[in-house]
Order: sequence, then C-alpha cells, then structure tokens
Amino acid sequence: MRTKQTYKALLLLVLSASFSAVAAEATVTDSDRIEQYREMISDGNPAEFDEMRGEELWKKAAGPNKVSLEQCDLGKGAGVVKGAYSEMPRFFKDTNKVQDLESRLLTCMTTLQGFTEDEITAKPFASDKKQSDISSLTTYVVGQSKGIKMAVSTKHPKVKEAYEIGKRIFNYRAGPYDFACSTCHATTGVRIRMQDLPNLSHNKKDAQSAYTTWPAYRVSQGQTRSFQWRLNDCFRQQRFPEPKFASEATVALTTFLAVSANGAEFAGPGLKR
Amino acid sequence: MNAKLMMSMTVTAALALAMAPVQAADLDAKTAEIVKRDFRDKGIAKATRVNQDELQAACSKYVDKLPPKLKAKLEAKEAETIKFPADGKFMGDWKAGEKLAQSGKGMTWSDKPEDVPGGNCYNCHQLSSKEIAYGTIGPSLLNFGKVRGNGEDIQRYVYARIYNAKASNACANMPRFGHMGILTEAQMKDLVALLLDPESPVNK
Ligand code: HEC
Ligand code: HEC
Repeated sequence: MRTKQTYKALLLLVLSASFSAVAAEATVTDSDRIEQYREMISDGNPAEFDEMRGEELWKKAAGPNKVSLEQCDLGKGAGVVKGAYSEMPRFFKDTNKVQDLESRLLTCMTTLQGFTEDEITAKPFASDKKQSDISSLTTYVVGQSKGIKMAVSTKHPKVKEAYEIGKRIFNYRAGPYDFACSTCHATTGVRIRMQDLPNLSHNKKDAQSAYTTWPAYRVSQGQTRSFQWRLNDCFRQQRFPEPKFASEATVALTTFLAVSANGAEFAGPGLKR
Repeated sequence: MNAKLMMSMTVTAALALAMAPVQAADLDAKTAEIVKRDFRDKGIAKATRVNQDELQAACSKYVDKLPPKLKAKLEAKEAETIKFPADGKFMGDWKAGEKLAQSGKGMTWSDKPEDVPGGNCYNCHQLSSKEIAYGTIGPSLLNFGKVRGNGEDIQRYVYARIYNAKASNACANMPRFGHMGILTEAQMKDLVALLLDPESPVNK
C-alpha cells in the first residue's frame, strides 16, 4: 500500500493538469479527469486507510458495554462480514425492519455496545475536524464485498414494499425548484456543468456502475464517503430539507437503487471526483 | 356466534389484510407519510419544503407523464400565476444576466439567508460559446436571439418561461423562478436581455 503522501502528490498533479485541460479541450468532463487519477494510482485507493480504521473499530471493545462488533449480525450470521453488503438492504427479524448497512450498524452499536442513537446520528459524516466511526465501519464492511455480485432479494414483502416506496421517493418532486432525484438522474447522457449524471431509473448499466462504486473516496473532499452521505448531499442539491440519518426514507431509496444494481459485481470502495 | 369463533375470524381477517398485495394508492400514501416524518430543518431548508403543491404532486404521481386533460388544466393554472412587469419593459442588462446565469448559488441548506440565489442557467443550458462548462438537462440556448429574433413577442415569451416554465410544460425540469420567488423581476429582465440582446455573448 502506498503512503498518504504519495496520494496527495499525485492528486495535486492531476488537479493542476486538469485545470489546464479545461481551458484546452471543450469536452473533458469530470469523469474523464477522475479516470486519469485512477490510472495514476492504479493499484490503490486512499479509502484503504478508512477500511483499515474501520476494521480496527469492528474488532475493538467499545462503548459503555465494552464489547466489539464481532457479534453484530449483518444478515449472514453474527460476525459474518464477507459478502454481507452485497445482500443489503435486507429484512431483519430482531428489529422487524428493512435495514441498509448504516442503519444496521447503528442497531449493533446501540444494542451491543450501548451507545445512544443520538450520539451516533448527531454527526454521522466525517469532517476535516473529526473522523466518523460509523462511516469507517461502513467502509470496512463494504470492502468485504468487493468482487461479489449484488444480490438484494425482494422476496420478503417488506423489502418489496421498501423498493416500491424508494421508487416513489426517487420521483418525489418538491421544494423551491420542484426537483426530484429523477430531474437529474432519469435521462441517459446528460450532465450538470461538467459532472456526468448517471441515469439511475431507466439505464441498468448506469444504475449498476453508480451503486457499486459507493462508498467512495472523494478526491475533492479528501474523505471517504458512505452511501448515506451520497443521498444526503444529493438531497441538498435538490433543495430539500435534510433526510434523517438511516431513516426509513433513506433506506427505502437505497433499497430501490441497490435492487437496480443487482447482478453487477460490487466494486467499492470507489474513487470519485 | 361464540367468542372463540369470532376471535379466530378476526385473526384470519387481520392476516388476510396483512398479506394482501399492497395497492399503489396505499404505497403513495405511505410514501407521503414517510417523507413527512423523515426530513428535518437544516439551515434555510425547512422540513415543510417536502409539502407538495398540486403540480408537484401530480408530476410525482404520474412520473412526469400526465394525462392530457390534467396537463392542460395545470398549465393553464400555472400561466395565471405569471406577473408581467408593470412598466411593460422586458429587457434589462445582459451583463448582470450573465452573472446570474453563471451562479448556481442558492436555496440549499448550505446557503446562508443573505446569499442571493443565482439562476443556475449554465447548470442545465449551453448559453454562450465562451463558457464550455455547461450542463445538458435543458436544450442549448446558444444564439437564442439570433435564431428567434428579439421583438416584443419573444421578449414576453422568454420572460414567461423564466417566471413559470410549467405554464408551457407542466412537468418540465426547469424551476419556476418567478413563481417560487427565486429571482426578482429585475433579475428576470436581465436574463431576458442575456438571451435576446444582440450584444450579449449568447448571440455573438
Ligand atoms: C440537481 C441535480 C441532482 C439531483 C436532484 C440529484 N442528484 Fe444525484 N448527483 C448529482 C450530481 C451533479 C452528481 C455527481 C456528483 C459529483 O460528482 O459531485 C450526482 C451523483 C449521484 C450518485 C453517484 C453517482 C456516481 O456514479 O458516483 C448517486 C447514486 C446519486 N446522485 C443519487 C441521487 C438520488 C438518489 C437523488 C435523489 C435524492 C439525487 N441523486 C438527486 C446531481 C443531482
Ligand atoms: C434544472 C435544469 C434547468 C435550469 C436550472 C434552467 N433550465 Fe431552462 N430549460 C430546462 C429544460 C429541461 C427546458 C425544456 C423545457 C421543456 O421541457 O418544456 C428548458 C427550457 C428553457 C427555455 C425555452 C427554450 C426554447 O427553445 O423555447 C428557456 C428560454 C430557458 N429554459 C431559459 C432558462 C434560463 C434563463 C435559466 C436560468 C434562469 C434556465 N433556463 C434554467 C431546464 C433548466
């Protein structure tokens, strides 16, 4: 694995190169530039640091109850991490709910370790000042599904229902701009400024490649970001109020997007602009 | 009827209800309930923003493919909201219009109350040949005035489009800048000039 310094140096290089590229060529989109960076660091991704941090957190005794998360059941039995993410969201009997990875981790951190929900959900995303444990744990768990095909089952009626509700939330227009996810993500081949927009509802390939590359290391932010973060920031751009972390609305939307990605190999954590 | 039989009938009925395929209308209602519960105020973006007006609700329900009658009815309603300038003038300053078209600021929870919202036009449209970082959700407006002219009729048309895009296409992806109070009358005039003034970079 490379050092953080190497990544930073390469990043500076590609960023300065990309600004001159903007001036020179009319059609260099952000996706093209990120592809350049990806080639440069071919054998690595700064998200690996977050995966390692997450693995340590998973195995470390923590919280008021001073236990690790190794008894946490992500759907394939207590402590089974391998391949768990590629089958999530799924229905969990103990909570009687459909849960995505992040809401499930929240359950384990509260029930097993004794944290309160509020202390985790107050600031669930990392900032320059503070890392986020639940976010690092997420990065670790998803890394254990790399190369495994997405297979989210809708056999359970509650998962099927979550999928249907998620689809409706995807098309739910509101706010001062009348935007829905579908405003930006239901047409193939369009972009906002230079950012390519995947068609998440009518293009299987787009839906698969978008979903299977999140969580991702965001080059522009120097942070590894989870899927809950991705949804949160798109709701911001949609001029919506903030979705509550790991809420039923976000899990339903994730179920719709995850099922749409079924059949593709999971490739996260990814690398993004 | 004996109590035991009653009981078992109720249980069976309840089970049947739970097992019944959930109908589309139920799912719509459930979605609305979840959305109302699961969003919260953040900065200037208040939770009440998820409440839909009639048009937003219809476009969501029909996923932007409205039955023709409903579409016509909603478009007529939207057209009625348009307030044309009292002074009868539509053309402002294209330079100020270009700045507004460039600005994607405004209305998100990370914007401050004192931030002046921009027009976001370049996010979705090509406008001048100088700006290559343009979006493609909307059609290219390059040479708009050159191609469509710049007389009173087209000025009025562009003003109306910006004020309330839904008057001409109920489920268009373009925001209703005047109707929603995003842009002021003076700002919309500056944008009309950006599209129509022969000196504007759009027409050069
Ligand atoms: C106003 C336009 C807009 C709206 C509305 C919007 N998004 Fe996005 N979305 C973007 C942009 C722009 C990107 C690329 C982000 C970037 O590079 O910063 C993106 C990226 C994404 C991605 C990651 C794609 C990838 O390949 O990495 C997903 C998934 C996504 N959006 C889902 C959603 C969902 C779900 C909604 C509704 C809650 C939504 N978006 C609403 C503009 C939007
Ligand atoms: C979210 C994307 C979006 C934004 C932002 C946006 N538009 Fe549009 N615009 C569209 C779409 C989509 C259409 C096509 C409308 C339709 O479907 O009827 C359109 C159509 C138009 C038209 C009519 C074009 C014609 O050929 O008659 C004009 C004029 C226009 N936009 C101007 C603007 C201006 C000025 C701004 C900035 C204040 C702007 N738009 C912002 C998406 C957008």
